[in-house]
Amino acid sequence: MKTYRMLKTALTALRRNILRAALTMLGIVIGVAAVIAMMEIGNGSSLAIQRTIASMGANNLLVMPGTAATGGVTYGAGSVMTLTPEDADAILKEAPAVGSVAVVVRARTQVVYGNRNWVPMYIYGTTPAFLSVRDWTDLAEGQAFTDRDVRSASTVCLLGRTVVRELFGAQSPIGKEVRIQNVNVKVIGVLQQKGANMMGMDQDDILLTPWTTIKFRVVGSSVTAVNQSSAAAATSTQTDLPSQLYPSTQQSLYPVPTSTQQADTPQPVRFINVDQILAAARSAPEIPPAITQITRLLRERHRLRGDTPDDFQIRDMTEITKTMTSTTALMTKLLLCVAMISLVVGGVGIMNIMLVSVTERTREIGLRMAVGAEPGDILRQFLTEAVTLCLVGGTVGILLGRGSSYLVSTMLHWPTAASLGAIIAAVVVSASVGIVFGFYPAWKASRLDPIEALRYE
Amino acid sequence: MALIALRNIHKTYYLGEVDVAVLKGISLEIDSGELVALMGVSGSGKSTLMNILGCLDHPTAGEYWFDGSEISRLSSKHRARLRNRRIGFVFQTFNLLPRTSALENVLMPLNYTKENLTEQEMRRRAAQFLERVGLADRSEHQPSQLSGGQQQRVAIARALVNRPQLVLADEPTGNLDSRTSEEILQMFQQLNRADGITIILVTHDPGVAHHAHRIIRIKDGLLDGGSVDPTRGGAA
Repeated sequence: MKTYRMLKTALTALRRNILRAALTMLGIVIGVAAVIAMMEIGNGSSLAIQRTIASMGANNLLVMPGTAATGGVTYGAGSVMTLTPEDADAILKEAPAVGSVAVVVRARTQVVYGNRNWVPMYIYGTTPAFLSVRDWTDLAEGQAFTDRDVRSASTVCLLGRTVVRELFGAQSPIGKEVRIQNVNVKVIGVLQQKGANMMGMDQDDILLTPWTTIKFRVVGSSVTAVNQSSAAAATSTQTDLPSQLYPSTQQSLYPVPTSTQQADTPQPVRFINVDQILAAARSAPEIPPAITQITRLLRERHRLRGDTPDDFQIRDMTEITKTMTSTTALMTKLLLCVAMISLVVGGVGIMNIMLVSVTERTREIGLRMAVGAEPGDILRQFLTEAVTLCLVGGTVGILLGRGSSYLVSTMLHWPTAASLGAIIAAVVVSASVGIVFGFYPAWKASRLDPIEALRYE
Repeated sequence: MALIALRNIHKTYYLGEVDVAVLKGISLEIDSGELVALMGVSGSGKSTLMNILGCLDHPTAGEYWFDGSEISRLSSKHRARLRNRRIGFVFQTFNLLPRTSALENVLMPLNYTKENLTEQEMRRRAAQFLERVGLADRSEHQPSQLSGGQQQRVAIARALVNRPQLVLADEPTGNLDSRTSEEILQMFQQLNRADGITIILVTHDPGVAHHAHRIIRIKDGLLDGGSVDPTRGGAA
């Protein structure tokens, strides 16, 4: 029997009792609609949760320079200078799992405004990408500095809430100038409040400027305030720093070497280094590939071959990431369970009605067999009816589910996310419900004896 | 040549402990183009014989030759194909599909034909047979909108739609008044005469049986010797 005729026969049979068909379908409609709506609302919430957790820095990878060791004495992470801004550019360009990258140059010093002063926990010289890496792009006030500010080492900065409170109290800091060491820096923006991080450190106790500003204007003049090893590095790059144009009042502790002395003790030519590179993986599952890609890339760029140990370290937020993935997985499983239950209930409804229908149409089955329907034809006919019921029900259910999730998102402002996967799953599941629960009645029909069936009252 | 030849057909039902022998050795031949009445009181084995003749059931023992091939041991699938192409059925209760047009009813057996007819060909053929039974103008009517005689004529068109060699009519006039019965019986006679279709009328009504060329009587699972044409029936 051709598919078209089979479908037509099924539709004719269903149309003969349209109300019953509709009521039977209702089980599937409600089941599928519930699945779709819950998947979309659930996906929305789980995306919202993910976003929240991601804003805590779950997707962040911290690339630190490696460890220096002299005669068996190691100096701890960050004691050699191996990372350059070019490394950061290369990571962004060549590691597909990485979404954004920012370099960080740290300083720890006093910030002065008027008669108040404060030592922020973090003084970070960075790029505008830092805000997107840390998911901090919405500013409370003002605006962020730009790549152009980075290129020209502009004396601008963004302040965290805590710094604003300590230096400015209740007034707005926008447009005011604060002094970092002896450099006057204009405040152009205030960051949103972020609170403490996982370790209890106040993340709002922060000052952000272009990294060139910290590197060439501030640190260049305040090396003594930073640790000894970076002081050594900084002095050697000092030759043409802008800070020399605005000389520091601070006395140098060491005598300036004469040119003969310098020629006798040649310093290695150093590149411009950064203290760390902060990279954000595109999503939580992409963290491991991102680590692999960054490692391969940096080993290549730093010409490390064979078993030479890495001259850098990559840290990720494994704990947070684990929490995030397990939360999401749990949510998905929970929804799946509910979905299964409602579909099974719908399927049992289908089976029930199909059994009634087979009994009711025994004579019709007998007649069809008498005029030459093979058992397989009867089986297929009833299966087609059940699957048609389920597919039509599934389609209506998808529309209803999408509709209600749309309503929920517009009226209640719950986050929802359309899920193509859920729709495909709903179609597949409703078709399989039709086959699974339609099979027994159809099989029963196909096994009828035509003589008995024709005589059935 | 004989279209149908039964050789010593037995049918026994095994109902638990008791074996009920319904047909106890029936042999008969029906030629192509005959119009035969099969008569018997209820319980005589008439229906069982009809089921075997109609290839709905197979005998416990004996041979059934249909158009030159032995078919008593065919699988249910092959019997279904045989019924579809070569045997038409007309029932006492018409057995039309409810809420389905006359045309769709007539067309229904074509769905199961392993022949690739297009939708148009199927419809044309069904319409042709509806016209044949004089219901061309009722093709879109549903059974509930037709009289008993018209319903039976739709059923006859359905039986003919696959151009069978044999039409089995089980009490075709049992639910009709006498005038309509006469019309239906004349239609059978006309089909038999014009198209040479072999027709077996199963009935207990002598009035109906008289329209046939030959009457086969069955009694207690055996042919009632008196009415069997000795040249055709009997053991071969």
